[in-house]
Formats: sequence, C-alpha cells, structure tokens
Amino acid sequence: MSDEEEIILSELSDEELTLQMHDDLYDGMKEEIEEAVNILLERGWQPYDVLTKALVEGMRIVGIDFRDGILFVPEVLLAAGAMKGGMAILKPLLAETGAPRLGSMVIGTVKGDIHDIGKNLVTMMMEGAGFEVKDLGINNPVENYLEALETGEFDILGMSALLTTTMPYMKVVIDTMVEKGMRDDFTVLVGGAPLNEEFGKAIGADAYCRDAAVAVETAKEFMAKKHNQMAAG
Amino acid sequence: MDTQVTDKLTKLIETQGWVLADGATGTNLFNAGLQAGEPPEFWNEEHPDRITALYQGAVDAGSDLFLTNSFGGNASRLKLHNAEKRAHELSKIAAEIGREVADKSSRDIIVAGSMGPTGEIMGAAGTLSHDDAVEMFHEQAEGLIAGGADVLWLETISAPEEYAAAADAIARTGHPWAGTMSFDTAGRTMMGTTSAGMVKMVDDLDYAPMAFGANCGVGASDLLRTVLGFVEGGASKPIISKGNAGIPKYVDGHIHYDGTPELMAEYAVMARNSGAKIIGGCCGTMPDHLRAMRKALEETPVGKAPTLDEIAAALGGFSSESDGTDGAGPKRRERRRGRG
Repeated sequence: MSDEEEIILSELSDEELTLQMHDDLYDGMKEEIEEAVNILLERGWQPYDVLTKALVEGMRIVGIDFRDGILFVPEVLLAAGAMKGGMAILKPLLAETGAPRLGSMVIGTVKGDIHDIGKNLVTMMMEGAGFEVKDLGINNPVENYLEALETGEFDILGMSALLTTTMPYMKVVIDTMVEKGMRDDFTVLVGGAPLNEEFGKAIGADAYCRDAAVAVETAKEFMAKKHNQMAAG
Repeated sequence: MDTQVTDKLTKLIETQGWVLADGATGTNLFNAGLQAGEPPEFWNEEHPDRITALYQGAVDAGSDLFLTNSFGGNASRLKLHNAEKRAHELSKIAAEIGREVADKSSRDIIVAGSMGPTGEIMGAAGTLSHDDAVEMFHEQAEGLIAGGADVLWLETISAPEEYAAAADAIARTGHPWAGTMSFDTAGRTMMGTTSAGMVKMVDDLDYAPMAFGANCGVGASDLLRTVLGFVEGGASKPIISKGNAGIPKYVDGHIHYDGTPELMAEYAVMARNSGAKIIGGCCGTMPDHLRAMRKALEETPVGKAPTLDEIAAALGGFSSESDGTDGAGPKRRERRRGRG
C-alpha cells in the first residue's frame, strides 16, 4: 500500500472523512480516528453526530463482517480500541451537550462461570455502538444482577455463560425477576457458546444473541421498540 | 527428548494404524458431583479417587491415551480461585494419578498432560505478553513432567500466538508434545485461524509437536471438515481429532449432548477415513461413547475419505457454509484507499 499517496485527513470533505473513518475503524487505526474526531469537532460538528455518523456507523460495519465470519476477534478488538480512543474525546462533550442516550446495559457472567472473553467482546461492541455498559465481571449470583437493575440506570440485562452446567442459572435470575415483578421493566439478552435460541425461549429471555454483533443489533431493536411504545403511550 | 515415549505413540500408530484417545473431562466430573465454578484441578488433591475413576473409565472403555485433569492448571486460570501459585503442584498431582492408572493397566497406556488456554488475549490487541505466557506454560509443563506425563498435550487453543508460546515453553523441557486448536467460529478458531493456517503455523514452529489437530468446537461434522482441511493443507504430522458428542440441548432443566454412542462410532470411523490418526471425543463424550468408538474402529476396515456431503448426511450439517479454506467464504470488504 505504500505506493499509494498518503491521505491527509484534514484535506478531506466531511463526507469523505466520515467514510475514511469507517475504513480506519475497520482497520483498527486509533490515532487516525482520534485525529479525525478532532477535525470534525473543529469543523463544528455536534459531538452526537460525530458519535453516530462516524463512529457508531463504522462499528456497525465491523459488526456485520464479524457476524458474517469475515472479521475475527483480533480485528474487532483493534477496531473497538480505535473506537474507544474516539469515545474518550467525545464523552465529556456528549455529557455537556445533553446528547440523547442510546441505551444502557448491565452485563455479567453467571454464578459458577468464570469465562469472560465473550462477555468482554459484547461489552466492547455495545460501547462501540454508543451504549452505556456496566460490566459486573464473572461469577455473579442473582443478587448482583438485582442490585444493579434496582438502581434504575439500566434498560437491558445481559447474561453470559460458557458452560452447559452454568447456563441454567440464567433461568434462576429471570425467575427471580418475575417473582419481584420487575421482569417486564427490562430487556433480557443471553449469550454464550453452548446456548441457542431454543434455550433462550425456554428460560424466558427476550432474545438469545449468537455473538457480540447480534447482541448489538438486538439491543438496538429492543430500544427502538421501547421508544416507540413510550411515544405511543 | 524422551524418544522412548515418542516411539511408543508412533509405534502404536504404526501397528494399530490409529490411537483411541479419551472423551470428556468436564462432563464426566460434573456427573461425579463437581459444582459449577469449582476448579476441577482442586479435585486432584481433594478427591484423587474421583480423578482415578475418571482416567480408569477411559482406559476401561478402550482408550490408548488419556488427558490429565489439568486443563485449567495454569497460573492465569488458577488465579481466579486464588491458587495461582499452585500450577506446578496441582498439575503434578494430576499426572501422578494418571501414571498410576496407566502403569496398572495390562495395555500400553499413554498419559497426556493436558494444558488448556490461559484465557488471556495475546497479540496486537491483547494483554498477555509472549514471555509471560511462556513462563506460565513452562511452569505447568514442568509439573506435568514431574508427575510422570508421557507427553504434554496443549488443547482448545484459539490464538496462534498462544500456541507458539506453549511451543517455546515446552521446548525448554525437551519433552514430546501434541497440540490442538478449537475451530468454533465459521470453521475457524475464534481468532480467525483456518485449518490450513494451522498446518502452516505448526510447520513453522522451532519446536514442533509430534501430532497436531482439533478438539471441541461445534459438533462432530465441523470437526471432520477441519480434519479434511488439515490433509488438504498438506499436513505432515499425525492428525488429532477430538470432537464433541453432538451439540448441547436443554431438556427439562438439564443439559444433554445429543450425540449417541452410535453417532460417535460413526464419527470415529469417518475421522480415520478423513486422515486422523489419534481419535477421541471432547465435551459430552462418556465411556459408553468410547466403547462404541473402539469397537467401530476395530471392526470397520479403513475406507476412503468422506465428502462434505457424506459427513453432513451421517453426522448432521455444518455450522457455516465455508471454513475459510476454499475461497468461497465471504470476503473482506473493498477498502476505499490504502494508507501509507
């Protein structure tokens, strides 16, 4: 690629630069993303627009190719790292400007299970999509999930399990939420290698998410539904 | 290097044409009462009788080789249970129990010292350095060798960087080893390595394993596609095939693997026909499955390699259309312009 002329980000039009940012996210180029975020802000872009049109859209493309088996974990991690670089610049500005929240999620691996790579990927991809995510870590008893949900800060509960022996614990959490009359206040997404859609339905989750990219798309769908319901109600 | 042992495994492959490895460790231990979240390696010390029974189950069912209960016995995994300083000790006990079971058998049994992944991410976006990974694997390897493991057995690896770190660690010991990766993501490992990519990676190692292959992953069908990919990729060393007994299903609050002993018997024969020399099971594979596999391997003549269609017809469909080796899979998108 060295024989091609070097791209000067600041010389690109807004539209060209946005497309270039999608490419740079795809290639996991953190410094270029940070530079481009600053250029757009200097040009008077709203932080929220930089987030959604440049970063979130770029990560959406990464997510599609991850889902389709074109990109794999190493590439996604690099892309998420680049995204994080951009987000670090935007975060304080987003708070200042009172930009709308896309949604929030609390996530954790269930009790008895110490696997976390899949969960960490979901966390990164969800953050990449502009969600606020609280990560409870591994080995979470039902109390941990409830405590987080009761703060009222979250729209979505995500649970992960990598063992066939720990996945039934997801049902314990959901059953407890039903008992407490709080199940319908949240969207419950579940995932992990040994799970499938049938299992998700059987335990009363809203959806089973095959991978991190699907988790993001599903979370967006449920948030859109929620907003529509609120608008209609 | 302990060439006598290398000869033992090689000789077995030569005389028998194949070697039957073991089945599941986790599934069997959970059936024996292991609680979710409890590290299986603690049982080496607390319940040696149950670990003896685990190994004995495989030997009695006809396995020529079994893996020790030390999959998570590296410092990084044990740290989750505040036992990061016990990697050597717990691995050693796992191998000692295995040595005892093997030496009591009337047949030649090979004790394979299991080494699972660190659980950390390596490479450009990772947090674990090559040197730290080598330290961890080396510590465990020394423990397994001290306990009497004939061969070290790296398994369920996703990242080529981690496989290479283990190779460097084992090189320090001079012990023979074998190593498998887990191909669970569209026919590749989670980190994107294809079957052909693994052949090349293994060939490029300074301290190469005596055998390599695949374990765990999705179902038996996917695993055989991977074995065919190794052969196609020009594999020069014996191929290991350790597939799961079907796919886990949730029935009435419990998990069942849907692979029957009959299905695993068919899988074993097809694995050998595909080119695998060391054949076993992984998650869900119990002694009954191993017995059926042994019988089928002994009673069925070696045939020609199955086609993908024949594999799908016998064992079920694949998890993805392509496994990334045939050029038919989806492509990376066109980049707008290269960057200097």
